[in-house]
Amino acid sequence: MWEYTDAVRDHFENPRHAGELKDANAIGEVGSLACGDALKLFLKISPDGVIEDASFQTFGCASAIASSDALIELIKGKTVEEASKITNKDIAKYLGGLPQAKMHCSVMGEEALEAALRNWRGEPAVPQCHEGKLICKCFGVTDAQIRHAVRENNLKTVEDVTNFTKAGGACGSCQEAIQAILDEELGKPRVTLQEFNPKPKTAMTNVQRMQKILHVLDDQIRPKLAADGGDIELVDVDGQKVTVMLTGKCSSCRSRQTTIREMVEQTLREHVEPNLVVVEAE
Amino acid sequence: MKVVYLDNNATTMVAPEVVEAMLPMFSDYYGNASSMHTFGGQVGSMLAKARESVAELIGAHPEEVVFTSCGTESDSTAFVAATESQPEKRHVITTKVEHSAVLALGHQLEAKGYDVTWLDVDEKGRLDMAQLADSMRKDTALVSIMYANNETGTIFPIPEIAQMVKERGILLHVDAVQATGKIPYDLSKLPIDYLAISGHKLHAPKGIGVLFVRRGARFRPFLRGGHQENGRRAGTENSPYIVGLGKACELARQYFDYEQQRVAELRDRLQAGLLAAIPDSIVNGDLEHRLPNTLSIAFKYVEGEAILLRLDRLGICASSGSACTSGSLEPSHVLRAMGVPFTYAHGSIRFSLSRYTTQEEVDYVIKEMPGIIAGLRAISPFRG
Repeated sequence: MWEYTDAVRDHFENPRHAGELKDANAIGEVGSLACGDALKLFLKISPDGVIEDASFQTFGCASAIASSDALIELIKGKTVEEASKITNKDIAKYLGGLPQAKMHCSVMGEEALEAALRNWRGEPAVPQCHEGKLICKCFGVTDAQIRHAVRENNLKTVEDVTNFTKAGGACGSCQEAIQAILDEELGKPRVTLQEFNPKPKTAMTNVQRMQKILHVLDDQIRPKLAADGGDIELVDVDGQKVTVMLTGKCSSCRSRQTTIREMVEQTLREHVEPNLVVVEAE
Repeated sequence: MKVVYLDNNATTMVAPEVVEAMLPMFSDYYGNASSMHTFGGQVGSMLAKARESVAELIGAHPEEVVFTSCGTESDSTAFVAATESQPEKRHVITTKVEHSAVLALGHQLEAKGYDVTWLDVDEKGRLDMAQLADSMRKDTALVSIMYANNETGTIFPIPEIAQMVKERGILLHVDAVQATGKIPYDLSKLPIDYLAISGHKLHAPKGIGVLFVRRGARFRPFLRGGHQENGRRAGTENSPYIVGLGKACELARQYFDYEQQRVAELRDRLQAGLLAAIPDSIVNGDLEHRLPNTLSIAFKYVEGEAILLRLDRLGICASSGSACTSGSLEPSHVLRAMGVPFTYAHGSIRFSLSRYTTQEEVDYVIKEMPGIIAGLRAISPFRG
């Protein structure tokens, strides 16, 4: 059953701003039929930059329709500058909150607004900040979008990221990559976007390194430890330093230092990078 | 507001006759069937009668009927029975469109190092029989295939499958949760080893299920402890619910013809009415081999949850084919396995009728649905 607020229900059942806006001079489109939701936002902006009128067309669930309607309530009459400060959190707040699993609907509203304002300024449809590596192929979500959602909403888990961006929600094959982004985002203080510019291809990025390590842990190391009733968790990757934690029977094993040095470290050096140093978490 | 309940594949109303049969079990016959005294012992004979009613419905011997708490427990027990009794066999075959109860068991076995073959279905949800034949091997511990699909109602050719599996000496489990009570089958003629039934899908209450275990089939209990159910399922018998399920099985036998004819007629009326009134709509599943009560219908350009909420406002209960509620907006694994285009899958709705469904209710849906779809399409950026 749906846990929608009265405001969500009301804006879904009686949307105030649904339909095309004939004299719109800015249009923003996000989503697609295949994705399961899509929003087309129409704005009529005066020469001095005031949003005089706005409307939407939305394909999607109840909260997608309600979020679209709420967005318009929030931006109508505002200047472009004021409107551009509106985030998905404002949309969710206006509706008295959205179920966690539906937060991506509010994100869709924010993205449509960005797209429409870019359209008005004559900028290309795809925002610069959305360039980056495609992480979720099913829903076309990039690492930049994921990072933005993680920072904006303090996301902590892969499930959170799926709830807000849909990334990882279909085939699930990118969930490790999302985890790696989360680890990086949560492990590091916030940095400016410039620092995320791709590094020269010769060096492995931390995300790539972490992904590779996770794969090797799963494919090569875990099965060996499992034979003795043990398991291993990746705690951190900082440059060449890999911090792990042995769990299960390994955690109380006296020879765990040897296991880490001779098995875990050797295997990771062989399959990931030759200079990795593996240490045990304290 | 009157409720029009067309979600009977999710759960059903408990039949009034079933409630009536159960009530004295709480007030007058609350003894423990295992007790030495007559007061408890009389419950034992009531359970025996219920067991016979279940056996009669499915063509089994009463001692082949093991009462469980639900369909999920029955499925789990079958997997435990087949795998733990043949630890050297490390391969299991099932399908991509099973209920999550069986999907989860397959994934669990994979995590334990088993090799699991996930059989494909075609665009109508029909099983790839050649793939089944090719994938059976010497180390196959179990083949687990549902009788009928909960989302589309597509019925798999179980007699043919059972023959194929039997010829190779492999154990077969059939999840018959959706089929039982809707279509007849006779286990005295079908070489099936295990078969799962859920009470609440056939007008018994939630909390009672059955695992059929063929005489002589390998077995290991899932719940261990007491000697109940001949040592195959420990735990004090849930006597009120067992008696209720017995009654529900008697009723199901009486209503078989009605389900096949009248319920199917009403379903067909709903299907024809909706297809005629709503452009860009298609029916999912195998129309030739389908449960008489199930209609999975997809509407392009609109999303399932929005349709359900609009139906809900009118008191109409149905289900959606998209898992929008999970946040991922991922269409159901069944529709995806069938390759239903995403553009339709997101707008899929399942109506499932019962013997209590009336023509008036069906006509109400036919009358209201076009407005709902048109309304949502009017605010959708996509059009036909």
